[in-house]
Amino acid sequence: MEPIREIHSRTAVLPYSNIDTDQIIPARFLRTTTRDGLGKQLFADWRLSADGAVNAQFPLNRPEAAGCQVLVAGRNFGCGSSREHAPWALLDYGFRAVISTEIADIFRSNSLKNGLLPIVVDEKSGQWLLEHPGAEVTIDLPSTTLRLPDGVAIQFPIEAFARYCLLNGVDELGFLLAREREIAAYEQRSRA
Amino acid sequence: MFQKVWEAHEVDPETADTPAVLYIDTHLVHEVTSPQAFAVLRERGIGLRRPDRMLATIDHSSPTRTAQIFGGEPITIESAAKQISQLETNCAEFGVELFGLRSEQRGIVHIIGPELGLTQPGHTLVCGDSHTSTHGAFGALAFGIGSTEVGHVFATQCVLQRRPKTFALNVDGALGRGVTAKDLILYIIGRIGVSGGTGHVLEYRGAAIRALSMEERMTVCNMSIEAGARAGMIAPDETTYGYLKGRPRAPAGEDWERALERWRQLPSDADAKFDRELSFDGAAIEPMVTYGTNPGMVAAVSGSIPDASEDPAFNKALAYMGLHAGEPIGNQPVNVVFIGSCTNGRLSDLRGAAQLLRGRKIAHGVRALIVPGSQQIKKAAEAEGLDRIFIDAGAEWRESGCSMCLGMNGDLVGKGEYSISTSNRNFEGRQGPGARTLLASPLTAAASALRGRVTDPRDVLNG
Repeated sequence: MEPIREIHSRTAVLPYSNIDTDQIIPARFLRTTTRDGLGKQLFADWRLSADGAVNAQFPLNRPEAAGCQVLVAGRNFGCGSSREHAPWALLDYGFRAVISTEIADIFRSNSLKNGLLPIVVDEKSGQWLLEHPGAEVTIDLPSTTLRLPDGVAIQFPIEAFARYCLLNGVDELGFLLAREREIAAYEQRSRA
Repeated sequence: MFQKVWEAHEVDPETADTPAVLYIDTHLVHEVTSPQAFAVLRERGIGLRRPDRMLATIDHSSPTRTAQIFGGEPITIESAAKQISQLETNCAEFGVELFGLRSEQRGIVHIIGPELGLTQPGHTLVCGDSHTSTHGAFGALAFGIGSTEVGHVFATQCVLQRRPKTFALNVDGALGRGVTAKDLILYIIGRIGVSGGTGHVLEYRGAAIRALSMEERMTVCNMSIEAGARAGMIAPDETTYGYLKGRPRAPAGEDWERALERWRQLPSDADAKFDRELSFDGAAIEPMVTYGTNPGMVAAVSGSIPDASEDPAFNKALAYMGLHAGEPIGNQPVNVVFIGSCTNGRLSDLRGAAQLLRGRKIAHGVRALIVPGSQQIKKAAEAEGLDRIFIDAGAEWRESGCSMCLGMNGDLVGKGEYSISTSNRNFEGRQGPGARTLLASPLTAAASALRGRVTDPRDVLNG
């Protein structure tokens, strides 16, 4: 995984609450055995009509959304299934961060493990961001701040170990594998 | 209770800098979320740490037509066939026990764990599937994980997790006739909302919960994730022990006695403190049905869709559903009826539906699909003649699997059609592009099948 320090981008906005993982990537695209190329199917049923034509009204299809690396969405983004295909699809499409006032637990965990930043902000900032698509924002991971165009810096929470892994481009599996002695000792004492 | 299970599985407790290293007793595996994790093992040259603590099955992509499983007809969806054969290859290569396509013990992963007696009180259990919360009905700590974490458990039998908060939901009183565990959990989600449980492990308590059978408790815990919760738990009691005793993978003999002694220590102490607590009156709950595109958008079958809201997501949901604010939800015509899934695909669910369908006919033009949750359930249902009741009523009786809950195997609801479904998610397109899902209990689904419109099961039970 590449280390992440700063993301500077305009925002694309999906102004709905409770956007679930079936919208992010519908189940019929989970019949894959790899994690590659899922960006094509991101929000497939919203972005494309049944015959594959592009829905020009959908916010991500508007010209100004091209190249945006930060997605702003309504409360409780990523609810639903545990499919890691959801962050894989967002990353493959080109997003590097998602901002909402609330992000579902499993989606957040999956995102952190893949270098997609799940950023939770307060109601007021969330509302402002929903109302201002295309806002230029800067996410600074070392200081865990989100800077809005007017210069206001908002502190966002991020789990300490996940932040360490993201900043250094290391994955958590190495950390767990290095715990072999402790795991073996646990198995011994619990007769697992 | 949560605290006891959590602390008993800490290899390393959490610190300010690192999450807890939590040991996993049982890891269930299926074809959709595991191939990428097996690939990581291969790339890095790592083996499985405890294949003896894993069990794999095929459920999401598997066909439900008998001829495609036993009759030599090909699986028509090439990607599904490939995913299934990939799991077979992976399990053979890494030495994982697999209940393959033609196994008598195959079934939905959350149905077969309890059925085998593998799901036990006080255990930690994970699976790359959000409805892993089902297993919490036994007083296990069970939660869904992503594919990266599936890889972590493959390699180390552990996950890295921050300790969640606790949320007690007390349901007192008794459920009325025609009111099921499904109605209870839909009611709770309607009250606390689809993110009401985020960051928390729910513990369901109270007289109405104690009175539920194990199958009903599984229905309740199954949908904990639909409230956004990390997990849902119910304290084990005599009902739990009675269910587990004698099951193939439950402890036996002296081990059973020792296990019972441990299990009896698990329930929360009388003075246990929860981070949040809410109480409900079970007697006030009616048969419920959803009208929107998340499980929190739910009303009593006898009630109405709430008035319009300023929330754009609410209006978008009603537009998708083709329903209108303020109108009654009862009598809404349905095209498809689906009875099955990890939420409501157990024998008691099938018996409930059969009770209403016996000697009656499904309404003209309605397609009803009845899919048992496992091959064992299918066999038991057929031994009781439930299959004949369903077929005589005009329903299709299938082999087990996730089927129309998410349509990965091609069992789909058509665009614009209304489906009354005993599954767990009514998200846009969940049952097929453009499909409109109304979630309900097996009783409500069966009653609705008979009339071709959303029907209060009590009307049929009384009539």
